[in-house]
Amino acid sequence: MASWSVDDRKIPQGRLVLFSYVSVFFITLLLVGFWKLQVIQSGHFADLAERNRIRYIPIIAPRGAMLDREGRVLVDSYPSFSILLLRDDPKLLEKSLPQVEEGLGISQEDLQQQLDAAKDEPKFQPVVIKPAASQADIAFVESHRADLPVLELMMVQRRRYPHGEMLANAVGYVGEVSAKQLEQSDGHYRPGDIVGKAGLEREYNEQLEGTDGMRRVVVNSVGRAMRALDDVEAIPGKPIQLTIDYDLQAIADSYMSDREGAVVALDGRTGEVLAIVSRPTFDPNDFAIRIPAAEWQKLNTDRRTPLLNRAIQGQLAPGSIFKIVMATAMLESKALPANFTVNCPGHAEFYGRTFHCWRPQGHGSVDLHKAIVDSCDVFFYTIGQRLGIDRIHYYATALGLGRRTGIDLPSEEPGLMPSEEWVERVFHHKWYAGETISVAIGQGAVTVTPIQLARMTAAVAGGGTLLKPHLLKNLAKVSADHFPISEDTVEQVTQGMYGVINEGGTGSSLKLQNIEFSGKSGTAQLMSYDVGNRMGKKGKENNGWFVGYAPRRNPEIVVAALVQGSAEHGGTTAGPIVRDIVKAYYDKRNSHFQQQATVENVSPPPRVVAPIVATVGAGTP
Amino acid sequence: MKNRPSIHDFDWVLLAIVGVISGLGVLEVYSSTHASGMAGMHWKQVMWVGIGLVGMFLISRIDYHMLMDQAPFLYLFGVATLLVVLAIGHSRFGARRWVELGGGVNLQVSELMKLIIIIVLARYFTEVRTDRLALQDLAKIVILTGIPVGLILVQPDLGTAMLLVPVAAVGAFLAGIEWKHAAAGLLLAALLIPVGWDMRHHLKPYQQQRITTFLHPEENPRGAGYQILQSEIAVGSGGFWGKGFGKGSQNQLGFVPVRYSDFILAALAEEQGFIGICVVLLLYLGLILRLVDNAQKAKDRAGMYVVMGVTSILGFHVLVNASMVIGYMPVTGIPLPLMSYGGSATAFVFMSLGLVMNVRMRRFVN
Repeated sequence: MASWSVDDRKIPQGRLVLFSYVSVFFITLLLVGFWKLQVIQSGHFADLAERNRIRYIPIIAPRGAMLDREGRVLVDSYPSFSILLLRDDPKLLEKSLPQVEEGLGISQEDLQQQLDAAKDEPKFQPVVIKPAASQADIAFVESHRADLPVLELMMVQRRRYPHGEMLANAVGYVGEVSAKQLEQSDGHYRPGDIVGKAGLEREYNEQLEGTDGMRRVVVNSVGRAMRALDDVEAIPGKPIQLTIDYDLQAIADSYMSDREGAVVALDGRTGEVLAIVSRPTFDPNDFAIRIPAAEWQKLNTDRRTPLLNRAIQGQLAPGSIFKIVMATAMLESKALPANFTVNCPGHAEFYGRTFHCWRPQGHGSVDLHKAIVDSCDVFFYTIGQRLGIDRIHYYATALGLGRRTGIDLPSEEPGLMPSEEWVERVFHHKWYAGETISVAIGQGAVTVTPIQLARMTAAVAGGGTLLKPHLLKNLAKVSADHFPISEDTVEQVTQGMYGVINEGGTGSSLKLQNIEFSGKSGTAQLMSYDVGNRMGKKGKENNGWFVGYAPRRNPEIVVAALVQGSAEHGGTTAGPIVRDIVKAYYDKRNSHFQQQATVENVSPPPRVVAPIVATVGAGTP
Repeated sequence: MKNRPSIHDFDWVLLAIVGVISGLGVLEVYSSTHASGMAGMHWKQVMWVGIGLVGMFLISRIDYHMLMDQAPFLYLFGVATLLVVLAIGHSRFGARRWVELGGGVNLQVSELMKLIIIIVLARYFTEVRTDRLALQDLAKIVILTGIPVGLILVQPDLGTAMLLVPVAAVGAFLAGIEWKHAAAGLLLAALLIPVGWDMRHHLKPYQQQRITTFLHPEENPRGAGYQILQSEIAVGSGGFWGKGFGKGSQNQLGFVPVRYSDFILAALAEEQGFIGICVVLLLYLGLILRLVDNAQKAKDRAGMYVVMGVTSILGFHVLVNASMVIGYMPVTGIPLPLMSYGGSATAFVFMSLGLVMNVRMRRFVN
């Protein structure tokens, strides 16, 4: 035995006995305490317990509206009724269920599932069993107040998308909070709460969602409301103002209504998104109330992918639009002289394979300007071979291709800009030099999203500033990437794009008077394999592109349009959309100036503007 | 005199009392949770009790003198573990108390510290060897206890930190504290309460709220005061005979906060009435008196201090928890031993009872 424990002294019995008495004393004290509550005051507390049948009926906060740049309503909320099922009397509940199912037309499984989902919630909190009550449902609840006290009406706020499909992919939709979100929210959400699920509804959910209030109602033992106690008012969500211009959006939308594709219009000076369209699309109103499972299934499995926002998620070959990148790379890298000339006989041979120009009879002697104006493939094949894939990759990436633009929308796709390193990493083989020739005209492995093309064009014409596209107006600071492009290069490339429309190029039918409308057409002959699969097509249909902007230098407006699955040339299918948006932008701006001039009585107006008319030329397609 | 402890020396009376209390606990956990999403929780509690029993038998096999030999090491280990928890432990309910043991098992280390402090202080008091505690001995006790108390306080876990104090206080009383020192200590404590009240602005918001709502429960009808009020309503409305098993509206509708754990006594009071409370509190009194009996029969002072350390912690648990349920004390998060649902807490109670068995089994061993 250890020396420390050697101690002959006896156990202090007296003190232990004293401890016992103290214990008896305290237990007696506790018993007295319980006696006081349970015997002397039991009537009072029984009364309180009875009165404890307080029901907490949530007051749903309306979500904030979404407005366009001029304050016109794009999305708002409206009040409607939900039906609640009260669960605090299990026997009464059990007895009432069949009648509830029949009266409200809810299946037994559906109702049981909803009750199971709320099992963990305290029983004094009711469950929403019918989110959007019809007049008949409300009448049913009102007329059965006496015999079905388990039902209660609750006023709620529902999302409304007055313009339906217009802007649907960007705005997104709302829906019931998922089990996972519920768990992660740490008590912030309750089952059945409505949250933003996609698009702007999801991106700006925090601003848009308000804080629900609570109405406390005392009910008697059979569940009848006796009187209302205090209300905790709901705090409505904040409205957000978008950069969208409803007028331009409407034009883009109507053009695309029966087509497949996308349109993005950006303000070239700020990165603001003026219009964004993706087709085919869906009606977010279908989601505002609990979306039926069958409907959801249909939207998700539709081969035309209506839920895909093509403007930021459609990854497709850019076709000839890519030649803007090629021209910039050629001049900036100085790998070739600025006056480099190629003879185009309509085809050329590289690495033992013949590559065709889109114009079988050829373009003759072609310099860079002519090559852009006429979109000569042979010229760009040649400079592609001289530049090599890694140099092309460098410039394309610097101009924002193959990486996300950072737009304030969830789930943007990056597209793909191939390089030697990429091929080795993904396919474990060397880059095929012949592939460079395809990439040089925007075919092959290169894929882009429409918004990337709009931003790239704005950057080239603006001297190398890549603004982050955004939909939220009044941002404190717009982040931007800078890739300075020399003055000579900007001048040459933009002259080329001006020529596309104004010097009888591939977009000569799109001329606008008094506007330095410039652009580039593109026609991608086939979709890349995986995109083809996703879009559910395997045919050799064309994807028509047009990217147009004005004025020629430092553009105010840049529009990229994509029309999928048309047999025609991009200048013909996508060009008119871009032209009309640019024209509408100028019409609007000029009438605004004139109005201002009248109001302020300034004379003469700051700029005399002739009415702008589109000259429908009969030039080459 | 025998040379080996035998199973016949096990305290079967104590075990019987523990068994009845645990059984009542499991029944009340069942009643509180069977109709909710937590259904099946009582089986987990049965499992914890089972694990606890195994732990108890294992601890009773190791001679408590051997455990006390390791007291300095155990103390350092405990303090180090508390420091580790502060550094890397993960938070639950806003306090860092848990360490991951792998496989999803979390151990609340302050429970472990309770066991260690019992052994460490028992060793210290044994070595004092006088019936008049000098002031410097008392100072050492304050420091020895103060370090872990401080570390648990900053977790922050006011309740558990408080629980270590009675081990030192009861130990000092048995070791022969001088009346003037005891009086001074009580006076100091009485003075510290207003100082602490002044310091409440330095407390964590939840602690501030608990204290404020203890004093004015009606002010915040949805906060901690609401919990006390709902608990009182549950107890009071139970009346003399109770509302019947599984029939308490306060309990079943979820008005009573954590009714399966800290407030299980409120759930029991509502459903079993004052009669049920009498049975339970008298069972706890029986438990305490039986423990004191074990202390009286201990072979040496070392054994007595170990048993009384356990007794003081368990008794304090019961006192604080029951007082909270009837609104005599603020909500501190101290569970009711053997009845409240919980893994670490149940394990601690059984392991500390293992120490008691240990002492009892060796009372005739030389």
